[in-house]
Amino acid sequence: MITEIAPAPQRVVSEPARPRGGRRAWDEVPRWQIYLPLSVYLLFTLIPFYWILLFALRPAGSTSLVPWPMTLDHFEKVWTERSFGLYFQNSVLVGLATLVLTTVVALAGGYALARFDFRLKRGFMLALLCSQFVPGALLLVPLFQIFAELSMINSLGSVILAETVFQLPLSMILISGFIRNVPPSLEEAAWVDGCSRFAAFRIVVLPLLRPGLIAVGSFAFVHAWNHFLFALMFLSDQSKQTIPVGLNTLMNADSVDLGALAAGGIVAAVPVVIVFAFIQKWLITGFSAGAVKG
Amino acid sequence: MAQQPIRSTHRLKPVVSSKGTPMAQAAAVAKPPAPPRRRRASATPRRLPYLLIAPAALLMLGFIAYPVLSVFYYSLQHYNPTKPWRNGYAGFDNFVHAFTQDPQFWDTLLFSAKWVVVEVGLQLLFGLALALIVNQTFVGRGLGRALVFSPWAVSGVLTSAIWVLLYNSQTGITRYLADLGIGSYGTSWLSDTSTVFPAAVVADLWRGVPFFAILILADLQSVSKDLYEAAEVDGASRLKQFWHITLPHLKDAIVLSTLLRAVWEFNNVDLLYTLTNGGPAGVTTTLPLYVAKTSVNGHNFGYASALTTVAFVILLFFSIVYLRLSKFGGEK
Repeated sequence: MITEIAPAPQRVVSEPARPRGGRRAWDEVPRWQIYLPLSVYLLFTLIPFYWILLFALRPAGSTSLVPWPMTLDHFEKVWTERSFGLYFQNSVLVGLATLVLTTVVALAGGYALARFDFRLKRGFMLALLCSQFVPGALLLVPLFQIFAELSMINSLGSVILAETVFQLPLSMILISGFIRNVPPSLEEAAWVDGCSRFAAFRIVVLPLLRPGLIAVGSFAFVHAWNHFLFALMFLSDQSKQTIPVGLNTLMNADSVDLGALAAGGIVAAVPVVIVFAFIQKWLITGFSAGAVKG
Repeated sequence: MAQQPIRSTHRLKPVVSSKGTPMAQAAAVAKPPAPPRRRRASATPRRLPYLLIAPAALLMLGFIAYPVLSVFYYSLQHYNPTKPWRNGYAGFDNFVHAFTQDPQFWDTLLFSAKWVVVEVGLQLLFGLALALIVNQTFVGRGLGRALVFSPWAVSGVLTSAIWVLLYNSQTGITRYLADLGIGSYGTSWLSDTSTVFPAAVVADLWRGVPFFAILILADLQSVSKDLYEAAEVDGASRLKQFWHITLPHLKDAIVLSTLLRAVWEFNNVDLLYTLTNGGPAGVTTTLPLYVAKTSVNGHNFGYASALTTVAFVILLFFSIVYLRLSKFGGEK
């Protein structure tokens, strides 16, 4: 009883200092209950990152726990000798092409789903949702046969197509959700002013979709950048391979060059970290718009 | 069981009506203003929506639907390019073989189930805890969020590369732990059948927890603060507030993200393929990994297709549960 009464005056005193008085109940949480678990979890999150930086920056054979003396030898080696420079180009190409293709195709389909009522709509939505459960990994053999038929084995086009196809359903569901959030009356007003449907879309709707499109496009890029199996299966020519395949090759070598592996890992991470920093603020708002609940 | 989810969604509908599924939104948006829009749309060809979805539909038909059908077809065939004399119609031989004569099928299926349950369970638990923590107001919250979420975008292969460095017997973390007197030198957690499972689980948790934390945090933003104030006035403890306000609010998000993640964890082979390659002694081989090896190394496409079909049926079961819980088609 006493303990329940005791903190009450304290709360009253501290309340005016807080900008958001509405959250008293949760503001009461003792600081150590936040910082202690958070610090423990941060250690778990950050030690692996530190570990890979350490291996990438300290000279081969060193067992020091600080990357000093620092060397960039591993990066040089992995970029030229291990052809990560080439893999990087291929990965960028695959990532950007997947981004553009996914966004354009999903934008068209998403607009149709958001603004029209048509007979196949329900079936199409169902197909989109069901395709979420089709694992690309289990379709490797038939996909390989299709691309062989199209003479696309060993061409980046096969990986771009495969990545795009598996990104499409979710992207389309997300984009149609974003378009639905734009009131149709805005577009209708533009029609009245003499705009064609396409012009109205371009001038009125598209600018409002920018945050959503950034999120969807970034997802597509990061996914294509990270994904490994399609590139491994469809690109046997070493000069066509992507960064994740290069990393896997480094890991499977008879004697693993840990420094090169770490440097390669950092090369793989940099673009993703940049994209992530860029989209983080859209992430939470995008998800809380409820679009992901499709 | 069959009625329960639907009834509960109707009860919850007012709370989530602003979000809902795209279908629900479509129904809500499309029904009332339909007459004026119909007239408008008549200015454009009726084919327009079909033209707009055509590229997506064609791509999905060609590269998802057709491969799925061909998997079904090959599951009923003996098909192995390296043994052409055996190729031909097989009936249900491949399925019978899987269920009766292939202990590896059962082992990998069981391991898949164990992997999914442990991973999704732990990811949810830690993700929920993490989301609740970073939802508080505290100094350094922005930085804290950015840091704890950061492994989210790291690929499976890169996760493997990082943890291979950490688990390495000569230069990994075990060596430094041994320096401190914990454990012994030369231990490699990834090559011992008794430690490989927890080692792989931890590596995947590192990357998987932020997914749940992000989704749950997003949903936490929409809990009405008035509810907590009312509970506060009534003298409810924080634990009670969590149990009676926060958790019911998060229910939908948790159910959906758990199912989505379960399917994703079941299907994903990147991490285990590169981290353990299913080993040592096959103890970390999931069903999809076994399928990939059967078809790629063994060239036994017919049998691999049958195993894929079994995996589809399992996933279909999950899909149905998922669609029910996500209220899909629940609006009448």
